[in-house]
Amino acid sequence: MNRLLALIGVLALASIPLLDIGNYYLHLLITILIWGFIYTSWSIMGRFGLVSLGHGAFLGIGAYTVTMLWNQIGLSPWLGLPIGLGLSALVAVVIGYPCFRFRIVGHYFALVTLALSEVVRLTIVALRDNTGGSLGMTPRSADTANSLYALQFADKETFFYIALVVWLFGLWVWKKVDRSMSRYALEAISEEEDAAASVGINVTRTKLTITVLSAVLTALGGVLYAQYQLYINPETVSGIAISLQIVFAVIAGGMYVQLGPTVGAVFTLMLAESLRIMVGHDVHGLDGTIYGLLLVLFIIFMPKGILGGLLSWWEKRQSPPPSAKPAPAE
Amino acid sequence: MLSVTNLTKRFGGFTAVDRISFALEQGEILGLIGPNGSGKSTTFNLIAGTLAPSEGSISFLGQDIGGRPPMAACHLGIGRTFQIPRPFKRLSILENIAVAAYYGQNGQISRTRAWEQAEEALNLVNLPSDPKSPVDGLGAAGLKKLELARALATQPKLLLADESLGGLDEHEMEQAADMLSLIRREKNITIIWVEHIMGVLMRVVDRVMVLDHGEKIAEGLPREVARDPRVIEVYLGSEEIKIADAQGDAGGDAGGDARA
Repeated sequence: MNRLLALIGVLALASIPLLDIGNYYLHLLITILIWGFIYTSWSIMGRFGLVSLGHGAFLGIGAYTVTMLWNQIGLSPWLGLPIGLGLSALVAVVIGYPCFRFRIVGHYFALVTLALSEVVRLTIVALRDNTGGSLGMTPRSADTANSLYALQFADKETFFYIALVVWLFGLWVWKKVDRSMSRYALEAISEEEDAAASVGINVTRTKLTITVLSAVLTALGGVLYAQYQLYINPETVSGIAISLQIVFAVIAGGMYVQLGPTVGAVFTLMLAESLRIMVGHDVHGLDGTIYGLLLVLFIIFMPKGILGGLLSWWEKRQSPPPSAKPAPAE
Repeated sequence: MLSVTNLTKRFGGFTAVDRISFALEQGEILGLIGPNGSGKSTTFNLIAGTLAPSEGSISFLGQDIGGRPPMAACHLGIGRTFQIPRPFKRLSILENIAVAAYYGQNGQISRTRAWEQAEEALNLVNLPSDPKSPVDGLGAAGLKKLELARALATQPKLLLADESLGGLDEHEMEQAADMLSLIRREKNITIIWVEHIMGVLMRVVDRVMVLDHGEKIAEGLPREVARDPRVIEVYLGSEEIKIADAQGDAGGDAGGDARA
């Protein structure tokens, strides 16, 4: 039943470009898919209490590595991709291992990751000769409008399908983790590290594995974003602002359910677009203020997020004895 | 199976455990008692790998295990409970135990087997093994049982039970004590039972070791130890310890005395 629904959903999504809905809406959809994927990547570790405020670092590493390799030595993004992902995995290990080995958890871990995202942003700015600094950079145009080699496509339809596949891949990984034994180990670790170690769980390795997985997927999201937008700058793919946006979106959508982060992407995008259309850019900082206010409201009134909240409400209606567990994804 | 030699743990200038030596035979239940701060929890944590010894050695089944991390101790066959229960609240009761069965055996068993073993462990301690029961519904006694089941699910050869009866009422204490006897009988698991409530413990254990200020002051059969003047002096004041099974309802009195 669920499989059938999922299949119908995917087919429906895949047929959208045939409807000729126009570039604006297609752009919104692609944006939702890319960010939905990135948010899903974050929540793969975030749902286990590993709150990273620095995932912008991995976005930036992915996006900049691939773009710089392409622009400077003409390396195809297909080859740059594994290098970018490998680099982000390396950074995740360098940051994660000492944190997990020496039990830097909770707020302290969040602070370390927050610093990481700034380090990456400042590094990009400092290497302005190669990265364009704060002005950002544009991947050099391919020789033809549509180039598979350069991973650049003039029409949005192609990119829609690429984004769709990557987003589905993210959901698949989420599900894999959700059904694995590691999920139980991670839930155990998130509650009681000592007790988890006492029943034989390798706490450091388990946390490190999920962190690397999350980081690599996030970097993939960064590459996808760069190839789609064909423009990146330090603010949009690294630093505190984007890192916090990821966390906000996931909290809004719901980090404990499979489609929660994607709902978060829809929600934040609609919020940003409606703010842009209604008030424009005249009132400086208004969007930030509204984000902050909503974040507080969500944490207080809807800790499971929009989708998580809806699903547990629905579950309660279906079965009179309420279950204490967070609602499983479809 | 376990042999501890000159075990010493210092925290800065403070010696929490001072040259303790003892040995344990397969299938034995050893009661480890002593007033608060006597070093019993430290001893316990040294064996479980939570702490590394400053000096001395711990040999378990022929291997020196002093300073190995808790995970390694678990994989070698040492299961432990925590004085204050530490359930994995976001997992169901059954999942709490299944994760211990799976990782306690280093992922060497199938998931199906882990769930089976979890059910066995829950049946042994009389907890519901239906997949949905949440941890939230458990009271103090239930949480103690959960701790025990989780340690048992790792299929230990040696079980370290830390003050398993604190916070229980009379009846629950008796039950818990019987459960440890049952575990030893059915599974032939060696047990070290750390406790400061003496009454019920004395009935179940084979031997008692008494610590005070990090030193071993007595070791022997419960009856002998209960009459040892040094033990009475440091541990119970001047009153003689009543052994639970000696006189009908005396178990309650002894428990009360010990806590006073």
